[in-house]
Amino acid sequence: MGVKLLLEKANVPGIRTYDVYRREGGYAAAEKALKEMSIEAIVEEVKKSGLRGRGGAGFPAGMKWSFIAKPEGVPRHLVCNADESEPGTFKDRYLMEFLPHLLIEGLLISSYALGSNDTYIYIRGEYAWVATILEDAIVEATKNGWLGKNILGTGFDCMIHVHRGAGAYICGEETALIESLEGKRGNPRIKPPFPAIQGLWMRPTVVNNVETLAAVVPIIKMGGEEYAKIGVGRSTGTKLISACGNINKPGVYEIDMTISVEDFIYSDEYCGGIAGGKKLKACIPGGSSVPILPANLLLKTAKGETRYMNYESLSDGGFATGSMMGSGGFIILDEDQCIVKNTLTLARFYRHESCGQCSPCREGTGWMEKILQKIELGKGESSDIDLLWDIQRKIEGNTICPLGDAAAWPVAAAIRHFRDEFEWHIQNRELSQTSNFGLQHYADPIHVPA
Amino acid sequence: MSLQFNNEQMTEFKSLVARYPEGKQKSALLPVLHLAQDSFGGWLPTEAMDYVASLLEIEPIEVYEVATFYSMYNLKPVGKFVFEVCQTGPCMISGSENIIAYIQKQLDIKPGETTKDGMFTLKLVECLGACGYAPMMQVGKIYREHLTKEKVDAIIAEYRMQVVALN
Repeated sequence: MGVKLLLEKANVPGIRTYDVYRREGGYAAAEKALKEMSIEAIVEEVKKSGLRGRGGAGFPAGMKWSFIAKPEGVPRHLVCNADESEPGTFKDRYLMEFLPHLLIEGLLISSYALGSNDTYIYIRGEYAWVATILEDAIVEATKNGWLGKNILGTGFDCMIHVHRGAGAYICGEETALIESLEGKRGNPRIKPPFPAIQGLWMRPTVVNNVETLAAVVPIIKMGGEEYAKIGVGRSTGTKLISACGNINKPGVYEIDMTISVEDFIYSDEYCGGIAGGKKLKACIPGGSSVPILPANLLLKTAKGETRYMNYESLSDGGFATGSMMGSGGFIILDEDQCIVKNTLTLARFYRHESCGQCSPCREGTGWMEKILQKIELGKGESSDIDLLWDIQRKIEGNTICPLGDAAAWPVAAAIRHFRDEFEWHIQNRELSQTSNFGLQHYADPIHVPA
Repeated sequence: MSLQFNNEQMTEFKSLVARYPEGKQKSALLPVLHLAQDSFGGWLPTEAMDYVASLLEIEPIEVYEVATFYSMYNLKPVGKFVFEVCQTGPCMISGSENIIAYIQKQLDIKPGETTKDGMFTLKLVECLGACGYAPMMQVGKIYREHLTKEKVDAIIAEYRMQVVALN
């Protein structure tokens, strides 16, 4: 069994309630932070822990905190990003649903460190029942003196408010989230200014992912240095992975980032192998926007080394032969899955979710979907593959926010590693409607483009 | 104006607005639109949006542009129960297409349509964050997961019974 820092108590009956959470040692970290530690000391522990943003970008959390501006007389805000919308990702939902007080405790410590008296949880609108669970937990925490005025006699006031979104992937991008929280369309802002200087209501704001803020609790409890000893290199602590697709045991797992990808997929403690005893074809290891990898590049790097479930190892080889840790949304495709069709559903997703602000993304995502649809329906031409490649290149890096990149990468990676499957669809228009390309890629054992 | 919150809804409205600093009441727009949709029959006629604008003291256009941007707001009438079935990658590879086809057959409607009796609407949606429990759909405020044909039949029967029980 690996180390569990976040989900250790997830199976304790009644842990969702304040009484059980408190009895199990909950709010001890908040007590320690507010009573015994200075604000600087808390930030220092988070920096020492090496904690990286768990939403997808992996930016060091302590550094993000240290950027917040502190102009005299201007309120500051902490905003918890619970908009979890990246296909393949459902870890934050699990954490909020089963351990709401862990998030509240993390938010309290973080709000204290950042000086946020009004902290917001921006939760995706569809998680309506999870919003209710959080609201109930906030009421309990307030009754027991952990939220409200003069918390623990420190003079610090803090209230946490839940804000439900209404269905928009783009609101997971922090400036779009802020716009949405202000009651507007979720159009990302041009940066700079960064939220740390001018964020919510033009006030200094820090936006952190649910899992990142929950991780502050074990960091304060055990100290940043101890936390950093777990894991490997710059991948410190534990990471929640939401595993889905064609596996025996889909679900949310906490890993310590020293486990190999192969063990994660095949061991009974985690995914339990490919469903139905089928063969592994491909995997999208970090949420739908990160590059898809064929089985041979997933389990081993291009250099032939074992690939591990951490930030560095998953990205080994760059986009040519590697992928990314991303949000931890781990999607497995078995031998019967069609790469063209899978890419089409993702392209449709990004077309649907583009906010429409930047032309390359608004127009490009639509064209990628149309061309993929054409190939999938057996009407593709050989020039379509190059056209797709051309479009994705023209989107990447040419938009205000990373949604453009997120839409371009899955298409690029699918063509990079599975071009022969696209060609097969085009050359076998009728056959491709009733049959599947399967594992023909692996006739060529070294499938590594230059 | 005929559309108005009742006393209970008005209390809820005030508690939503109170979550934001004074003068920033526009921030409550998304939650208030959810409340309006729940209160006024599951969708947002222009009248409802104008009413929300007047309550929040903002221009009607500020409400329209938000209501049309987010996928959860219905801008035309929907059935009593809306089946919002996820069709994105992880659900697709777990068999969502068969489920969607089966629901269409059982209810005799296409995506975007409502059954003649006004009971069910079928909507195809993008990832709802339940990929490990696929295929799945959202009905109202809850998720129905690990869908099979048998489960779909049971769910349809369950909602029909609910309505019979209410009548």
